[in-house]
Amino acid sequence: MHEHDVVVVGAGGAGLRAAIAAQEEGADVAIVSKLHPVRSHTGAAEGGINAALRDADSWEDHAYDTMKGSDYLGDAPAVEALCKESPEEVIQLEHWGMPFSREEDGRVSQRPFGGLSFPRTTYAGAETGHQMLHTMYEQVVKRGITVYDEWHVMDLVVTDEDDPADRTCHGVVAYDIQRGEVDGFRATGGVILATGGMGQVFDHTTNAVANTGDGVAMAYRAGVPMEDMEFIQFHPTTLPSTGVLISEGVRGEGGILYNEKGERFMFEHGYANNDGELASRDVVSRAELTEVNEGRGIEDEYVHLDMRHLGEERILDRLENILHLAEDFEGADGLTEPMPVKPGQHYAMGGIETNEHGETVIEGLYAAGECACASVHGANRLGGNALPELIVFGKRAGHHAAGKEMGEAEIPTGRTGDWEPAEYEFEVDVGAVGDRGPAAADGGAVAADAEGLLEAEIERARERVEDLLSRKGRNHAEIRSAVQETMTANVNVFREEEGLKQSLEDLREAREAYTEVAVSDPSRTFNTDLIHTMETRNILDIAEALAMGALARREFRGAHWRKERQERDDENWLKHTLVSWNDGEPELWYKPAILEGEAKTYEPKVRSY
Amino acid sequence: MSTQIPKQTEKAEETAETETEAPSKGDERRAEKRRRADERRRQREAEEAEKAAADENTVELRVFRYDPDVEGKQEPRFDTFHVPFEKGMTVLDALMYARDTYDSSLTFRHSCRQAVCGSDAMFVNGGQKLACKTQIGELEEPIRVEPLPHAEVTKDLVVDMEHFYDQMEAVEPYFQTNEYPEGELEEQRQTRENREKIKMSTRCIWCSACMSSCNIAAGDNEYLGPAAINKAYRFAMDEREGEDIKQKRLEIIEQEHGVWRCQTQFSCTEVCPKDIPLTEHIQELKREAVKNNLKFW
Repeated sequence: MHEHDVVVVGAGGAGLRAAIAAQEEGADVAIVSKLHPVRSHTGAAEGGINAALRDADSWEDHAYDTMKGSDYLGDAPAVEALCKESPEEVIQLEHWGMPFSREEDGRVSQRPFGGLSFPRTTYAGAETGHQMLHTMYEQVVKRGITVYDEWHVMDLVVTDEDDPADRTCHGVVAYDIQRGEVDGFRATGGVILATGGMGQVFDHTTNAVANTGDGVAMAYRAGVPMEDMEFIQFHPTTLPSTGVLISEGVRGEGGILYNEKGERFMFEHGYANNDGELASRDVVSRAELTEVNEGRGIEDEYVHLDMRHLGEERILDRLENILHLAEDFEGADGLTEPMPVKPGQHYAMGGIETNEHGETVIEGLYAAGECACASVHGANRLGGNALPELIVFGKRAGHHAAGKEMGEAEIPTGRTGDWEPAEYEFEVDVGAVGDRGPAAADGGAVAADAEGLLEAEIERARERVEDLLSRKGRNHAEIRSAVQETMTANVNVFREEEGLKQSLEDLREAREAYTEVAVSDPSRTFNTDLIHTMETRNILDIAEALAMGALARREFRGAHWRKERQERDDENWLKHTLVSWNDGEPELWYKPAILEGEAKTYEPKVRSY
Repeated sequence: MSTQIPKQTEKAEETAETETEAPSKGDERRAEKRRRADERRRQREAEEAEKAAADENTVELRVFRYDPDVEGKQEPRFDTFHVPFEKGMTVLDALMYARDTYDSSLTFRHSCRQAVCGSDAMFVNGGQKLACKTQIGELEEPIRVEPLPHAEVTKDLVVDMEHFYDQMEAVEPYFQTNEYPEGELEEQRQTRENREKIKMSTRCIWCSACMSSCNIAAGDNEYLGPAAINKAYRFAMDEREGEDIKQKRLEIIEQEHGVWRCQTQFSCTEVCPKDIPLTEHIQELKREAVKNNLKFW
C-alpha cells in the first residue's frame, strides 16, 4: 500500500496544477493516472485561456460574460473566483515558460472568442492546451512530484455512514496496467479527482478515447451527487468523419460559416444578428443543425467553415495547427477550400458537485476541472473558459487539500439549505441491477479504521478483477456502442420527451447486458480489455444520470433544448439538477443557482448575441 | 521483437540536401507537404479505382502479437485481420475495429485520435508512424503493423517507454530563469521572432518515433536522442532564460552521449509526425556549443 498526504487522480491540466499547488503548501503529493501525463486530453485544447489582463478589461466584465453565457445557471462565487484568479494563473504559466503567442511589444497576445465582450483569450497558436499541459508537466518534473502513470483508479475508499455528508474519503484503489496488480493509495490529507471529460458517452465527440468520466462515476457511486449532467456542450465546428475539433479560434480570427447555398446563415437566417459566427457555442450548434434539418446542409450533414480570406500569413501565424488537422483528418486544405464542420459532443458542463474550494460533500474528497461542477459554466460554457477553470480550481483544490486556510465556502454541497426533491416519476427502472453487496456506499467498506478500510477495498477490487478475468460472458464493446448510439440519437443537441424516454429504456437494457460482461484476454500484462470493461461501467452510470436530468428538465436553457418548452423558464427552473446514487437507487433533486455575487446580483436577462 | 533497421539512408541524404540548401525551410517543408498531399491524393484515387474494379472492400492487416503472460503468445507471431475499408480510415481505426470485432486482446496505446497525445507511434510497413494520422488508403497491402523498433516490447504493439522518459527528463526539461519582471501581473517579454524560433521545438508530443528511428540511439543506449536534445534546444534558444542558464544547458547537451553523437542521418526528421526539424536543431546546438567553447578559449 502506498501512502501520501494528497493523492491526485488524473494528470491533465487540473490534476497537474492541483499537485503543484499541494506541493507548494508542503504536502507530499502523488499523481495517479491511467495515462502518462503528457497523453492527457488537455493537450488537445486549441483555442485559449480567458483572462482579464489588460487595463481596458476587468474581471467583472469577464464574470458578466460568463454568467450570461451560462444562461444564469452558474454560481456567482465560483464564476467570480474564476475571473479574478485567471490573470495571475496565466501569468504564472508564462513565468513557467509557456510559449504564448506574442504581440509586437513582446506581451502575451489575446484574441476575440464567442460570447466575450473583450478580446481576452490568451493563446499559443491553435495548440494552447498542448503548450499548457507540457509546461505544467515540466514543473512536475522539476519538483520531483511522484507520478504513478498507467495506473487505472477503480474506486474511492470511503467510510460507510448512511448519509454521504458523514462519510470520509481515505484514498483510492487502483490497477497497475503494466503489471496487472491491484494496490491501494492512502491519502491522509485528501483525494483530488481530476479525471476530465466524459465524451465517450456519445459517439461523435472531440474527446479522447480515455475520456470515460471515471472520476465522476466513482464519486457518484461513493455518494457525491452529480450536478447539472444534462448540460452537454456540442461544439459547432468538429470534422464530420472523426469529431476532431476545429478551434473556435478560426471564427475568433474571422472565419465564416456558410450553408449549401453559400448563405452566411448566422446573419442571413437571423440566428445571431449582432455576433454572427461568434455567438455562444450552443447558439451556433443549433443554427447549423437547423440549416441541415431544413435542407440547406451540405450532403445533408454539415456546413462550411471558410477561413481562406484571412490570408496565408495570418493563418500560418495563428491557426497553423488547424491546417494540419483539416488535411490529416478530413483531406481538406484550409488555405484553398472551406472546411466541412458539424456539431460534436465537446464538453460536460456538469459533473461532481463541489464548492468553490473544490470540496465535495464527502470529507477529504475534492474534484477540479471538467469532471467537477462548481458551477462555473452553468448551462453553457464559453469558449476559452475551460483552461482557466483547470488552473484556478486545480490550484484551489490542491491548496485546500494540503491544509491551506481558505475560509468558509459560500456554495453549499449536499442536501443543505434550500434543496427540494424532484417530483418527476421515471417510468423505467434506473440504478443498480441485482445484488449490491454489504456496504451502503459503492466503494465503501465496513472497517474499524482507515488502514482496514483500504485493505478491505483492495481485497474487494482484486476479487472483482479476478471475477472479470475468469468468467465467461459478453464483450463490453457492444454494450459501450449501444450506449453511445442511443445517447447520440436521443440526448443530442435537440431533445424531446419520447427520445429521452427511449434512451433510458436502452440504457436499462445495456445495464442488464453489463451484468453478463466478461474480459476475454486472460493476461496480467497491459490488459486494455479489462480497463475498457471497467470504463464501460462508468459510462453507463453517467449516461443514465445525464438522461434522467434531461428528461426531467422541461425547459430550454443554454445547451439543453427541449421541444416541449422552447423557452427558458426562470420561474421554475433557475436551479441545479442533482442526481444522487443513493446506494443504487438514483434520486433526483434540485438546489437553487446562486446569482448573488460579491458586489452585485446577476439578474437573468434575455440572452441574445 | 521487431528490429528492422529502417532503409532510409538514400532518402535521408536527399532530404539533407534540400534541408541545408533551401533558404526558407518553412516554405520548403510546406511546399513539400503539398506535393506529397497531391501525390497521395492521386495515389489514393488510383488505388480506390483499382479496389472498386476488383470489388475489394476489405484491407488486410498483419499485426505483431506477443504477450509474456499468455501461453501461445509468448513466441512472437503475426496475426492477420481483414477489416472493412471506409474512406478516410486510419491505421488506428482499423486496429480498433479489429480489436472490438475480432479479438479484444489486441493491445495498443491510443487516446486522442488526433495526433497530439503521442500514444500510438508504431512501425507501419517499415516506418515509424502515428497510427491515428496514417491513412489506410495510402499504404500497400498487406499492412504490417509492428511495435516501435529499438524498444522493449511489453505486449503486442505496446513498448516500454521508461527509457525514453528518462532521457527526456535528463536534460532539465523545465524553464529556468533568475529574473522575473517586477509587478505582480507582468509577463516576461518575448519577441515574435524568438517565439517563432522555438515554436517547432515546442510541438514535440513525446511519441518517441524519432528515438526509434535513430541508428545511433539503437547502438548507444545512453545517447540522449533527438527528442531530448530538441527539448534542450527549446529552452536553450528561449530568450527568456538568461545567458548563465544557457551555459548550463550547453554543458548538458555536450556531454559524451549528447549532440556530438548525432551523425546527421535525418531519420528522426523524416519520421517526426509534427514536422519538427530535429536534425537542424541538433546541428544548431552543435554550432552554439562550438561558439561557446571558443568564447572561453
